[in-house]
Amino acid sequence: MKRAVLFALAAAFGFAQPALAQDAIKVGAVEGLSGPIAKYGVPIRHGIELALDQVNAKGVIGGRKIQMIFEDSAGQKEQALTAMKKLLAVDHVVAVFGPTLSNEMFAAGPAAVERQIPDIGTSTTANGITDIGDWIFRTSLPEADVVPVTVATVKKKYGVKKVALMYANDDAFSKSGFDVMKAAVEKQGIEIATIETFSTKDTDFAAQLTKIKGLNVDAIGISALAEAGAGVVLQARQLGIPPSVVMFGGNGFNSPKVAEIAGKAAEGFMVGTPWFIGKKDPLNQQFVAAYKQKYNEDPDQFAAQAYDSLFILAEALDRAGSTDNTKLHDALLKTDHKGVLGPFRFTPHRDPALVEGVVVLAVKNGKFDTLE
Amino acid sequence: MLAQQLLNALVLGSVYALFSMGFTLTFGVLRVINLLYGFYVAAGAFLALVLVRDVGLPLWAAGLSAALATGVIGMVCDTAVLTPLRRAKAPELASLIVTLGGVLLLNSVMFLVFGAEVRRFPVDVLSQAPISLGTLQIGEVQLTIIIVVAIVVTALFLFIERTRLGIAVRALAENPDAASLMGVNVEAMFIGISFIAATLTAIAGILIGLNFNAVDPYMGEPLMLRAFAVIIIGGLGDIRNALVAGLALGFVEVMTAGYLSSNFKDAAGFAVMVVTLWLRPSGLFGHSVVRRA
Repeated sequence: MKRAVLFALAAAFGFAQPALAQDAIKVGAVEGLSGPIAKYGVPIRHGIELALDQVNAKGVIGGRKIQMIFEDSAGQKEQALTAMKKLLAVDHVVAVFGPTLSNEMFAAGPAAVERQIPDIGTSTTANGITDIGDWIFRTSLPEADVVPVTVATVKKKYGVKKVALMYANDDAFSKSGFDVMKAAVEKQGIEIATIETFSTKDTDFAAQLTKIKGLNVDAIGISALAEAGAGVVLQARQLGIPPSVVMFGGNGFNSPKVAEIAGKAAEGFMVGTPWFIGKKDPLNQQFVAAYKQKYNEDPDQFAAQAYDSLFILAEALDRAGSTDNTKLHDALLKTDHKGVLGPFRFTPHRDPALVEGVVVLAVKNGKFDTLE
Repeated sequence: MLAQQLLNALVLGSVYALFSMGFTLTFGVLRVINLLYGFYVAAGAFLALVLVRDVGLPLWAAGLSAALATGVIGMVCDTAVLTPLRRAKAPELASLIVTLGGVLLLNSVMFLVFGAEVRRFPVDVLSQAPISLGTLQIGEVQLTIIIVVAIVVTALFLFIERTRLGIAVRALAENPDAASLMGVNVEAMFIGISFIAATLTAIAGILIGLNFNAVDPYMGEPLMLRAFAVIIIGGLGDIRNALVAGLALGFVEVMTAGYLSSNFKDAAGFAVMVVTLWLRPSGLFGHSVVRRA
């Protein structure tokens, strides 16, 4: 009785669009929002919510709003799957973001595939994510796509013809990064003078570096975790390998530790990254400013990827003109978005198609900065 | 390039030798393979780091204080861990296992206090620019390593060969019971040797921390493995052998990486160790009969 009165009142006062709340388009997100994984999950949530404010200001599909429903996976595969099932079966979301980790995606993604609901991984970089099924998309650039851009930039900028490659042979991440680097160097037609290895716990690389010095290479490519890699960089310069020999690294080097450990020896060291806070692109600078204003902290790569991803979904909803799953799926494949990570399109296999957004950084005055 | 590689070998071998000498000195006297030395490496480096970075001491003063302080830590830890076993006349294996537990515990405590992150000495505590000696290039750090090791090793030899205490140390290594009967204060000697050995080890740790410009709680582990190789190649219990074998291991590793393949760098040193065990179980320079306590 009471409720009926309220409804009548609401109708009487003539709320602008009373049907709007019902008509909100539900979108789910499974992210690690508690525990150690929160350092990834929370920026992702922030990135999505920042984009949501802007998307809902004008609405999608002719003014409808998107309602985000966040579920916490705490970084656990089982919890991610439960959360995914809840979003699909109880909330009837039209699309899902996440989960945060590749491992969680392998557990929870199949549920979305089974229900035929588009699921967009914004932070999952492992191989085989989109192989889970036809409904899994990803917007995060696999790390294997970043290194070739670094190599191409090194060649273009310094006319490098002959390189030495070094990697930590006791670490899976460094080894797989090396494989990508070697393939990229070969593809660029750069001669590999030698391949030297070391172990992550080594403290002395003088023998390998002396050999490299004798080969008169133009550049040295290193795949290692930041600490060991920085030690290599430091000793290379101590052994008198001149600054004219460019050094560049795989993804492990994308850390302030490099310049911290290697000091002056790190000057000019190059590394690629999908996103950089200091990127001088107006869209990126607006995003960074808005994020800082709303959350009082710097955004990171995960926030940036999540931010772009919500726009990508919103544009696909507009293109689809409805929340029909098949239409949305096909509309997503037609994505052509210009975001803070640069231009974005999907491959037919639903992975990122473009690498134009990759930024190559070089150490300048003890800090990574965009390469001029 | 050969000259440069020989220089590299000298730097690497010096550190191996310094660490192994402390390690073998305790074995010679205490008859214990004391794995706590892995911890003393990191302890020395961390103390030096704190003294340089937070207290603002110059490097030489920080290094010296840190090494001596680690010597004291070594005295305390060795006494606490090993004395009860010695009193109980426990077998050597028991001591080995106890020190293994000890080093894991102490490293974990250090991990809790400092965290796993790698720390570095302040920029330019030593110049990173290379110094040219003819065609050779050597960093200030490498030069420091060679000079410091040369001084410490000379001092150690003079102590062992020329002083009354040194003679007591040798007597103790030769025959603890006889030494005791001759009036050597065995317990005091044990403690003194722990101090000296831990100090040497700490110096090795500081030098490695400087060379790599990185200090972390587990930095002693790879060195422990090298020390095993060194003392097996050289023969346990004699510091001269540890010196020669330490330099030799550095030479083998550098030459393998420089002229064969860096993939075999670690394997080469341990291959020499295995071959030594097969052919001369008491070490290349060892006596034909292993001394037993």
